[in-house]
Amino acid sequence: MAEDKILLEVKNLKKYFPVKGVKGPGVQAVENVSLFIRKGETLGLVGESGCGKTTLGRTILQLHEPTSGEIIYDGKPIFQGQDPWTRDGEGKLVHRKVPKAKSANMLPYRRKMQIIFQDPSASLDPRMTVGEIIGEALDIHKLYSSKAERSDRIKELLRMVGLNTEHANRYPHEFSGGQQQRVGIARALAVKPEFIVCDEPISALDVSIQSQVVNMLEDMQEELGLTYLFIAHDLSVVRHISNRIGVMYLGSLVELAESYELNKHPLHPYTQTLLSAVPVPDPEVSRSRQRIVLEGDIPSPMNPPSGCRFHTRCPYATKACSESVPEFREVEPGHYAACHLLNK
Amino acid sequence: MNENKTEAQSGKLLEVKDLRVSFFTPAGEVKAVSGISYDLNYDEVMGIVGESGSGKSQEAYSIMGLLQSPGKVIGGSITFEGRDVLAFDKKEMTAFRGSEVAMIFQNPMTCLNPVYTVGNQLIEALRAHDKKITKQEAAKRAMEMLELVGINNVQKRMKQYPHEFSGGMRQRVMIAMGLICHPKLLIADEPTTALDVTIQAQILELMKDLQKKTHMGIIFITHNLGVVAEICDKVSVMYAGKIVEQGPVDDIFYRPGHPYTMGLLRSMPRVDAESYERLIPIEGTPVDMLNPPEGCPFAPRCEHCMKICLQKMPPYVELGDNHRAACWLRVQERLNEKQGEEAVQNG
Repeated sequence: MAEDKILLEVKNLKKYFPVKGVKGPGVQAVENVSLFIRKGETLGLVGESGCGKTTLGRTILQLHEPTSGEIIYDGKPIFQGQDPWTRDGEGKLVHRKVPKAKSANMLPYRRKMQIIFQDPSASLDPRMTVGEIIGEALDIHKLYSSKAERSDRIKELLRMVGLNTEHANRYPHEFSGGQQQRVGIARALAVKPEFIVCDEPISALDVSIQSQVVNMLEDMQEELGLTYLFIAHDLSVVRHISNRIGVMYLGSLVELAESYELNKHPLHPYTQTLLSAVPVPDPEVSRSRQRIVLEGDIPSPMNPPSGCRFHTRCPYATKACSESVPEFREVEPGHYAACHLLNK
Repeated sequence: MNENKTEAQSGKLLEVKDLRVSFFTPAGEVKAVSGISYDLNYDEVMGIVGESGSGKSQEAYSIMGLLQSPGKVIGGSITFEGRDVLAFDKKEMTAFRGSEVAMIFQNPMTCLNPVYTVGNQLIEALRAHDKKITKQEAAKRAMEMLELVGINNVQKRMKQYPHEFSGGMRQRVMIAMGLICHPKLLIADEPTTALDVTIQAQILELMKDLQKKTHMGIIFITHNLGVVAEICDKVSVMYAGKIVEQGPVDDIFYRPGHPYTMGLLRSMPRVDAESYERLIPIEGTPVDMLNPPEGCPFAPRCEHCMKICLQKMPPYVELGDNHRAACWLRVQERLNEKQGEEAVQNG
């Protein structure tokens, strides 16, 4: 169950990827994201491909070095950096010199924060046996005192994720997609982490296997008191597993609320569109339902629209939307959104 | 448009009977499709649902004559407007493909040629089937088609290459290319799986719209039951090369007769669910097609598995209008009903 204690907090996090031969900040993948995750809860993160949800997950773990902002884990800052990009009079981004960002030594934190990747076959070394893959994590963090303890722990982990202990001697290609993802989960659990970023852990799996893995992740959370950041583009799965859901569009967080609240009362126009686009496996519902279909495609994060990044596709956009960036604020208790329409 | 529908257009478009497709691999024969039957009318959308490896794509490829070696049709018949498709020679098949049946694929990037402009590829498709058409006419038709699928700025777009289009736009180009010769049947193989939900919604709206205008039949292959509910009139559920249940879309969703269909419906979280409910997964793993189990292929994963399920494939049981399922449970129910009736008559 979720407690009140905040485990991870992110403040004004930015991640820009410089592009060769292009002046300016390059790809603005994550723009000013602030959120917190309570201990024991699951925070879901949804958005279209290219909206920066995976980059956000990886930047939180510092698999990408953040451009600026603050990451606080369990009360201790693990990253702190000033923003080198400021807007000049015309709203153009200009680079200035800032003090070097302060970043904690991540090795001890790697034991606490882990990640499960989207593509299970690509994230397992094909030349290592499953036992070696899981054991490597134990080696790096020196989590055993004898060889017997190491192999016991590997067996225990395999059992935990529903695989047989003799599977330790097999190679990844000998497993089905669902089983490979279980190996990936066992590897993440090997170091007894507190916090796991689940980066689309089920989208590569067959429908009938997806629910098995979702249930397993839920069981693990209950047993081990884990905290998840669950990234996916499938809203129905995210809604099922998450306590709260954040919606991202083109690098920015546009709305964040309790999962039930977000589905019943979406405030941001983008969330409303996203919800209406999800197909419901019920012929009568889908016949009767009104759908908001967005025009056009997601703009390029290399050259995002001014003001509210959604204004180019928003059916309610006004002049103010293209001029100033709406503040991400608590509109109702526990319900955050960034939209000018809500400020009236 | 509806009034213009001729007599022929309201009838049967495609009939597949007991189709069998096998792959002869070094490791043995893989029965990718083993004895499936269905028919499709004009103006109708049929969904084929199944997980990867259930044979749903191979079945579609055999209609198009696109089966890759070592795959082979080893039995059954495919009848398109009264003609036997499997008896076509190479020339007839080429004429048939594209002009009467078109296919759109899951990944538009791999299906468009990266070194030709989109306009070029559309014109080529048209001129391959209509030798008399001039280049100018073909270009005009291509532009009309692009407009129809909702692409703006066609003049400029015709001269662009596939990489200059976004994923959703590329899928629109694929649809335009599929429809440019006005096919009577469109086979869509997971056309929205690689797309985001908002783009998927756009493409589904577009396909529904185009179908209303052209009265073509559509076979929609997917594993997403939400999409099926959205677009299909009837559904065939495939498991391990067999159709385990088929029927009108409402029957499949509200009165499923096969445990696999029920399992699929139960295992999906719904975005409109009122409260948290734990998912009920289908236990086990998909069938190894090299060594399929005897009897019902779903039996090893079925919660209602009986002794007979492991020995013999169940026959189809009619559950309603055009709704049938292959399951021993339903056979047993039928027998019990009959016995009850006989008992009443005799008593």
